[in-house]
Amino acid sequence: MLGYIVRRILATIPVVTVVAVLAFLLLRFTGGDPAAIIAGDSATTQQVAEIRVKLGLERPIVEQFVIWVGRIARGDFGESFFFKKTVAELIRDRLEPTAALAVCTILLAVSIAVPLGVVAAAWRGTWIDRLVMGFCVLGFSVPVFVIGYALIYFFAIELAWLPVQGYQRISEGFGGFLERLILPSVTLAVIYVALIARITRTSVLEVMGADHVRTARAKGLGAITILLRHVLRNAAVPIVTVIGLGVALLIGGVVVTESVYGIPGLGRLTVDAVLARDYPTVQAVILLFSVVYVMINLLVDLTYTFLDPRIRY
Amino acid sequence: MTFIRRIAAAWLAVSLLWCLIETAPPARAETTLKVVMHSDLKIVDPIWTTAYIVRNHGYMIYDTLFATDAKGDIKPQMVGKYDVSADKLTYTMTLRDGLLWHDGKPVTAEDCVASIKRWAQKDTMGQKMMSFVKDLVVVDPKTFKIVLKEQTGLVLPALGKPSSNVPFMMPKRVADTPASEQISDFTGSGPFVFKKDEWKPGDKAVYVKFAQYKPRPEPASALAGGKAVKVDRVEWRAISDHQTAINALLAGEIDYIESPPHDLLPVLKKDANVKLVDSNPLGNQYAFRYNTLAKPFDNSKVRQAVMVAFNQKDFLEAVIGDAAYYKVCKAMFPCGSPNSSTKGMDGYLDSNFEKAKALLKEGGYDGTPIVLMHSTDLAVLTNLAPVAKNLMEKAGFKVDMQSMDWQTLVSRRAKKDPPSQGGWHAFLTSWVAADILNPIGAGFVNASCDTAMFGWPCDKELESLRDQYARETNPAKLKALAEAVQVRETQYPTYVWLGQWYGPVAIRKTVDGVIPAPATVFWGIEKKGS
Repeated sequence: MLGYIVRRILATIPVVTVVAVLAFLLLRFTGGDPAAIIAGDSATTQQVAEIRVKLGLERPIVEQFVIWVGRIARGDFGESFFFKKTVAELIRDRLEPTAALAVCTILLAVSIAVPLGVVAAAWRGTWIDRLVMGFCVLGFSVPVFVIGYALIYFFAIELAWLPVQGYQRISEGFGGFLERLILPSVTLAVIYVALIARITRTSVLEVMGADHVRTARAKGLGAITILLRHVLRNAAVPIVTVIGLGVALLIGGVVVTESVYGIPGLGRLTVDAVLARDYPTVQAVILLFSVVYVMINLLVDLTYTFLDPRIRY
Repeated sequence: MTFIRRIAAAWLAVSLLWCLIETAPPARAETTLKVVMHSDLKIVDPIWTTAYIVRNHGYMIYDTLFATDAKGDIKPQMVGKYDVSADKLTYTMTLRDGLLWHDGKPVTAEDCVASIKRWAQKDTMGQKMMSFVKDLVVVDPKTFKIVLKEQTGLVLPALGKPSSNVPFMMPKRVADTPASEQISDFTGSGPFVFKKDEWKPGDKAVYVKFAQYKPRPEPASALAGGKAVKVDRVEWRAISDHQTAINALLAGEIDYIESPPHDLLPVLKKDANVKLVDSNPLGNQYAFRYNTLAKPFDNSKVRQAVMVAFNQKDFLEAVIGDAAYYKVCKAMFPCGSPNSSTKGMDGYLDSNFEKAKALLKEGGYDGTPIVLMHSTDLAVLTNLAPVAKNLMEKAGFKVDMQSMDWQTLVSRRAKKDPPSQGGWHAFLTSWVAADILNPIGAGFVNASCDTAMFGWPCDKELESLRDQYARETNPAKLKALAEAVQVRETQYPTYVWLGQWYGPVAIRKTVDGVIPAPATVFWGIEKKGS
């Protein structure tokens, strides 16, 4: 097992390298010049050229890449073109909101979706099943921003129960922290509830027809015991896989949700940095996301061994 | 049952805790104005960049030697008294009493001289002014002299210019930073102090009242007069989504939106707790910029054809829509400003397509497609290019409209490559009217070839007129020269001005005292009931 983990961690190096090269090159080949953006609308060509020199953008791309990789090797992601701050500092500032939103969303989604999927499977073909599946189709179909605006309208403007936007750090008070996370988490969770509930239903239905479940029933075990001990555990592998994939999808969803709710997280940082062509920041965030993605996949793979003892590495 | 009881107990505990948190009294009763500006504050050096958000930041924390008042006149601000010698070659300026930097040290003449020097390296009007300056001399800690080589009327208009780059005064140690580098010390002497430790790009920028700031005794008038601060703290919240900002204003989570989009104004008008205030009387002006290096726009007849084919109303209707927020104004220097005139504009901007076709023929237009850059992500610009395309096609142009985000456009417009190889023929933008009040400040009028702004027009006559304007000190003659520039622009067009538009600020009704000015300022504003 330990050997497997080490091998998997080592395997992240080529993945991250490819991501780094692609991110670096794609940014350079995308239209847009950070120097022109920084200089402002009234700047002259000469002023733009001066800023390009200052940022080192007039150097050959290969030289720029070597400098960047050299810095990363020393743990230095460089300084943002725009903010007088290091990229590491910017990311550190933005990590908490995104992590909080992601964790709340996943917890909310799993705690709602798995019971829903099980209920739909247990009452397969009934109106309950159709209701759950109908909700899933809706959850998939409605864009995140529409759900966000609808929730804001009802719960923040009409009922005034919750704030429209913003984020409060947990260190500034748990009440405000939670209050500001409810709507964004619900918004973002809808699609994951739909996804996980459907997979749970399918997976549970498949296991419910298996021989060992029939045997359990024949032994006279209660329905709840069969469901919890024999069905859910065996149905867990695909569910966990989907949850892992969901975390990766979450990165995309966070961008929209953070914009709609004005949350200063990594998603917003990414959008702002891309629009401003802030190369050092975009490159660092993409690298971070890729590492997170690889690690989550590793975690999911390792979870399989706990859920199904037949799986060994 | 035990499990259910535990859940119920936990729920009760959380609810009680919540109630305690919610009913806890506020720790302090300071007045905080929460604002959504037109953009997030990313750069904090108003000399290093011309971006308007940074200019507005500059007005928060820095002060100026002179400032533009509501009538467009230049008034002393940090300067207490000034004197111009009989030969108009020496300006002696004395700082008023009580001026302090945010670190408590007094503002000195030496600081001001260093600040002028740094600003003049970047600002086009500053560069022009400095071309007349022989020396900047510190006389004593509160007095300095500007000694000129020859007469110019530019000294006060340049030092009191309202928009980017504004000559903000900084301590000498900060102003000594090379103009090519950003400053990292944000000590100013303005009415607010920038809280660097609370600045989180993408989230908020925080300013607190500078208790030791001594406002001028006269009432505030645009950017001049007494800058009396009536709130303790101003927070610029970064909310990039317009709809979210509007929702937050309606819900009372923020107090002020600097530039709500025009299509959402009806929503705000309906709300009893919100009001719209016209804070910038001069507004903004749309502009169509040619690339004079690219054929066929290297021919002034072809450029004239565009000017003849366009009319301002179509553009303003397509973007702004509500006539209360736009003005058809054939003057190139904004209507309502001292240089405004319609001289020479007969026959232009009337969509006379027959005349435009004749001009195209005269100019030998061969049907080359015009690469028109269309920015799609800024609401106040998006609809301009399709209107331009339509009107140009009616005049006989072939138009290749290429859509892109504004930042790509900004980068592409700096390229001199042929349009077929990644260059461009034309694009549309908007100027803050305060930036284009005269031929020196108006960037698109600069026709100095390679050193001109993108589009690179090259015309000796325009440059000669601009130079005469810079040397002139008589207001009547200045106006005549501005008119001559306008007439020359119709013969050698460097851009087409497409009308003025206005954007109100949206504020909660608890907020009062917004000062109309060419830049957004926060002195004079009160927040009631807080």
